[in-house]
Amino acid sequence: MTIYFLCFILFCIGLYGILRKRNLVKIIIGFSILGYAMNLFMVLLGYRFQGRAPIDSNAQDILNMVDPIPQGLVLTSIVIGLGITALLISVAIRIYEKYGTFDITKIKRLKG
Amino acid sequence: MKDDSKIGMSLIVKTITRLIVGPILIFGAYIMLRGHLSPGGGFAGGVIIALSFVLLILAFGRDAKVSKVSINLASNLESIGALMFLCVALLGFLGGSFFLNILNKGVPFKLFSAGTIPLSNLSIGLKVGVGLFAIFLALVILEGTKKNK
Amino acid sequence: MHNPFFVTYFVIIPLLSAFLISIIGKYVKHRYVEMVASISCFLLLVFSLQGLNILRKASDSVLVYKLGGWALPFGICMVFDGLAGFMLFTVNLIAFLICLYSINYMEKYTDKPKFFTLFFLMLTGMNGLIITGDLFNLFVFLEVASISSYALVAFGTEAEELEASFKYAIMGSVASCFIFLGIALLYGFASTLNMADMANVLSTKPSNWLIPFVSVLFLMGFGLKAALVPFHGWLPDAHSSAPASISAMLSGVLIKTLGLYALMRIFFNVLGVSGIYLSALMFLGALSIIVALVLAVVQWDIKRLLAYSTISQIGYIVLGIGLGTPLGILGGLFHLFNHSTSKSLLFLNAGAVDYSINTRDLREMSGLKQKMPVTANTNLIGSVAISGIPPFHGFFSKLIIVLACIQRGFIGYALAAVIGSLLTLSAVMKMQRYAFLGELKEQYKNIKEVPFLMKFSMSCLAIICIVGGILLLPNLKFFLDSAVNVILEGRDYGRLVMEASIR
Repeated sequence: MTIYFLCFILFCIGLYGILRKRNLVKIIIGFSILGYAMNLFMVLLGYRFQGRAPIDSNAQDILNMVDPIPQGLVLTSIVIGLGITALLISVAIRIYEKYGTFDITKIKRLKG
Repeated sequence: MKDDSKIGMSLIVKTITRLIVGPILIFGAYIMLRGHLSPGGGFAGGVIIALSFVLLILAFGRDAKVSKVSINLASNLESIGALMFLCVALLGFLGGSFFLNILNKGVPFKLFSAGTIPLSNLSIGLKVGVGLFAIFLALVILEGTKKNK
Repeated sequence: MHNPFFVTYFVIIPLLSAFLISIIGKYVKHRYVEMVASISCFLLLVFSLQGLNILRKASDSVLVYKLGGWALPFGICMVFDGLAGFMLFTVNLIAFLICLYSINYMEKYTDKPKFFTLFFLMLTGMNGLIITGDLFNLFVFLEVASISSYALVAFGTEAEELEASFKYAIMGSVASCFIFLGIALLYGFASTLNMADMANVLSTKPSNWLIPFVSVLFLMGFGLKAALVPFHGWLPDAHSSAPASISAMLSGVLIKTLGLYALMRIFFNVLGVSGIYLSALMFLGALSIIVALVLAVVQWDIKRLLAYSTISQIGYIVLGIGLGTPLGILGGLFHLFNHSTSKSLLFLNAGAVDYSINTRDLREMSGLKQKMPVTANTNLIGSVAISGIPPFHGFFSKLIIVLACIQRGFIGYALAAVIGSLLTLSAVMKMQRYAFLGELKEQYKNIKEVPFLMKFSMSCLAIICIVGGILLLPNLKFFLDSAVNVILEGRDYGRLVMEASIR
């Protein structure tokens, strides 16, 4: 149970980073932390105490493996997170070129 | 070659990089080709291969030979990787169903087995490796244009 | 029984054309790129019409396509039923017209092949999300569509567009995180990812605290994607900054597919919710109608005005669906179709004005009707259709929603819908009045009407706005009825899909 709680703390740190930080780069880092908390939670769901890695091989018993599906899903989710992070960083660099700052309180040409 | 020691990182880093890039490349290829037997596969292998090139640029500076790869070529290769994956999936139509594994499955735990899965691993590896390298190149170029201003 | 073969084309065709355009775009003339794009959009429209034809013969037909031939709870499947057919037709119709429009409109921007690549990736995501029968696959397609829309919002790479895109991307990614968390919890509870199988499992298990929690997570996630009122902050920026054809796509179909369709599918067919969640949906819908319109009336930027109006129309759809009665759902879905066409039309008109005079500020334009008659007239049709004047199609859907509210005894919600209709009329008439009526300004003496393809797609959408009411006639009503039946069947969805997969 403790480990789920730690995962929740990681989630809260990520959310704090997105909501409270004023620097674009720190917001992106907060988003990454949020994504990792999600992935960690998904892997934990499939974890089985003293289970072995879900690799099929000739010799070993298939029964005491951890659940492989969440690991596959997390791999997909990591790829998606990579794509979003790359896009966000390139947009942030372009914003820096246009505005000359990373501070979101100074980037407010849009309002209403 | 003009003054080689000025650009990039120090001599130690360059020497180590020269030694280590080859093994990293081979390791990436290994991960990619054995993806259907052990952990790894196209994505992980592609990332490792891309990172070996990224390492070269980091160590030898922006003027290293690898960074002369044009973004055009990279994005073409990436699209070709995606199309290859789609073709592997479309190959299943020959057997009657999308994504159907129509090739000979072979003996389990041998390198040449599992039908179309190694092919899709290869195409994903191409797509991810080139794509990640292209992202890196694009960010480096963006950085470069900003400094020139 | 029909062969469900054709449903895979909805993913294959746009994906193929996206990467094909990305390669050939650098070496051939733009004319060929446009040709490839229009042909594949047209093929998609034809295939969605084929789907409608199947529904016309048997409106309760469910087609299941098993990818790779794997049996159902284990493999990934594609499910085509009434709701999917309805959404596919809406999405591909709008996409086809917008593709034609963009051919001329995107001359303003530099890189047309890149635009079409992203456009088709977005279309892949939307079609895949509609057609899939697997919960995680739904998430993946949702992300494909979202990421390409983030990039498309930033397509002009001007300061405002980048800012809007960043805001949109952060909000959208947080929403995706909530959805992912919900899917993870559901997988942990039901040990399956197939939506049909999950509906079966959930109906056998006793209910516990998890389902309400997951419902709230999905409501937050999809509510953010659909821009219901407490979560609407990103929408006006993103939709007003994007290129006009993309605004039309985002407002017309993207938020409906990503937000509303996924919400309906999961809430009604998988979780089987009722009672308090539906009341929450209705409340959010009514709130969206009023709040967004009050904000819309005071805007001076055409596209920002339209974007706020989008939020309120989403409110109508959610209100109708949240009623949970056959009449309410019918009204909600019909309004979904109507809003797709009329709001796309209005955004395309705004784009045409922008194309001709290079401004979006209403105070700077006046009397454009003399120079741009097609744009002005189609804009008038779109405006009255969206605000619900008979005999245009918006009137019927709003009437049905109001009647359904009264039938259930929610007089307050019915009143909100009627007031919202008046406010919509005032908002869109403000645009009509300032942009097209009045004296022609001196500096606009030399402007021309927009090119042919832009006029063509605007006229097509205007014709749909005029005759859209015929969808309620008995011969054509299968289009809406089959979709309504899918929502009403609730968790029976699981049983029906399982039976269809064995056949």
